Amino acid sequence: MNGLKGTYIIFRRELAAYFATPLAYVFIVIFLFSTGIFTFYVGNFFDRGQDDLKAFFMFHPWLYLFLIPAISMRLWAEERKQGTIELLMTLPVRLGSIVAGKFLAAWCFTAIALALTFPLWLTVNYLGHPDNGVILASYLGSILMAGGYLAIGACISATTRNQVIAFVVSVTICFIFVVAGAPIVLDFFSGWLPPFVANIIGSLSFLTHFNAITDGVVDLRDVIFYVSTIAVWLFANVIVVDLKKAA
Amino acid sequence: MIEIRNLVKRFGPLVAVNDVSFSVTRGEVLGFLGPNGAGKSTTMKMITGFLAPTAGRVSVCGADVAQAPLAAKRQIGYLPEGAPAYPDMTAAGFLDFVADIRGLKGVKRRERLDQVIASVHLEAVLDQPIDTLSKGFKRRVGLAQAILHDPPVLILDEPTDGLDPNQKHEVRELIRAMAADKAIIISTHILEEVEAVCSRAVIIAHGRLLAEGRPDETESGWRFGDLLAAPGRLDALFREITTNAHPERAA
Repeated sequence: MNGLKGTYIIFRRELAAYFATPLAYVFIVIFLFSTGIFTFYVGNFFDRGQDDLKAFFMFHPWLYLFLIPAISMRLWAEERKQGTIELLMTLPVRLGSIVAGKFLAAWCFTAIALALTFPLWLTVNYLGHPDNGVILASYLGSILMAGGYLAIGACISATTRNQVIAFVVSVTICFIFVVAGAPIVLDFFSGWLPPFVANIIGSLSFLTHFNAITDGVVDLRDVIFYVSTIAVWLFANVIVVDLKKAA
Repeated sequence: MIEIRNLVKRFGPLVAVNDVSFSVTRGEVLGFLGPNGAGKSTTMKMITGFLAPTAGRVSVCGADVAQAPLAAKRQIGYLPEGAPAYPDMTAAGFLDFVADIRGLKGVKRRERLDQVIASVHLEAVLDQPIDTLSKGFKRRVGLAQAILHDPPVLILDEPTDGLDPNQKHEVRELIRAMAADKAIIISTHILEEVEAVCSRAVIIAHGRLLAEGRPDETESGWRFGDLLAAPGRLDALFREITTNAHPERAA
């Protein structure tokens, strides 16, 4: 069996697993509620009087900080806890296919949740004449950023059999990536690291790259940033699983 | 069909498996005996490619487990300790998933699924989520998963654990029926099981292979080297061999 077929089989099982339990429905409802609250109450969607979805997208980095690790924490920790990791890894599938299949299923699930926010898009189109290109770009940026969070969460989940630990550590690491461009982090590093290193750290910020995309400019560099972030963390995921199979 | 050469597994200072070698050929059912913590499961995990050995080699049907893991895994059916399965899936959904990964297709797939489901009597619970099943049914789902692709090599870690006497009998019948054209390894600490299904047995304790035995041809009972156990008296012999063994620490 080739790698793609294996990835697809794992993907299908994992995606179905979300909907086999209340997890998917609880997550989607909470996701839609919280995006709604942030958009209308915190983001003052109506009072802004502008026909765009900035008030909706600007909170995604912070919303994802807690919601995405809630999806990713179970990816590997649960397999370890239940012992199914032993079953999975003795079936004739490449480890890379398993890692990719699990990640893609989680990403696809996130995309479904995000797609269900479409009434907001309808609303803003009903009320005004928004730049739908910008909105489309923002959705793209949002899903790319979610992929980054998920890849981090998946890798962390592989290090433990405890989902709570996976959640807390993932939130922390994601937080670092969100605020990497903020003064709180840059000041911490700039004191003792050469400026170019501090610049590199700053350029890893999820927030900076996301804001660039939601401004309506899909710069290839921002896309590459997220894609390579995902690739690096998934690669780390493969290594972690390989090294820590038995634990 | 299964060749194990000088297998060693260390976890830090603990030597879980210490220089174990044996082989199993087609038609054999090897009983893998030992007290809890002897290294039985660890050895099985290395044979099936889940754990990488610290030293030594395993080959299955000519495929080296370290060099060609996928080729080896295709030849193996494995029931891990505790028969893990995805609790949210139904028994039917789980077997479908395994059939997909095993690359079973079309008529052959239907045939194998029907045959395996019938042979472990899962018909009644096919549409139930696995976490609602009794221990006996869970074990049988695990067994079904292992034999689904009709593998030439079967590795079963305590296949009858948690089953009632009737179910134990059925599983043993099933293993005996499959034995002729497969190489099978069964780990157990139920010694009557060895007498019931195995054609050979090895005893392992503290990671070392201590004795190898087979049914005695002239007298009834089992012979391990110089020691002979009368029918039903394998326990005493097992105790004698394993209590004299001492753990070994890595230097």
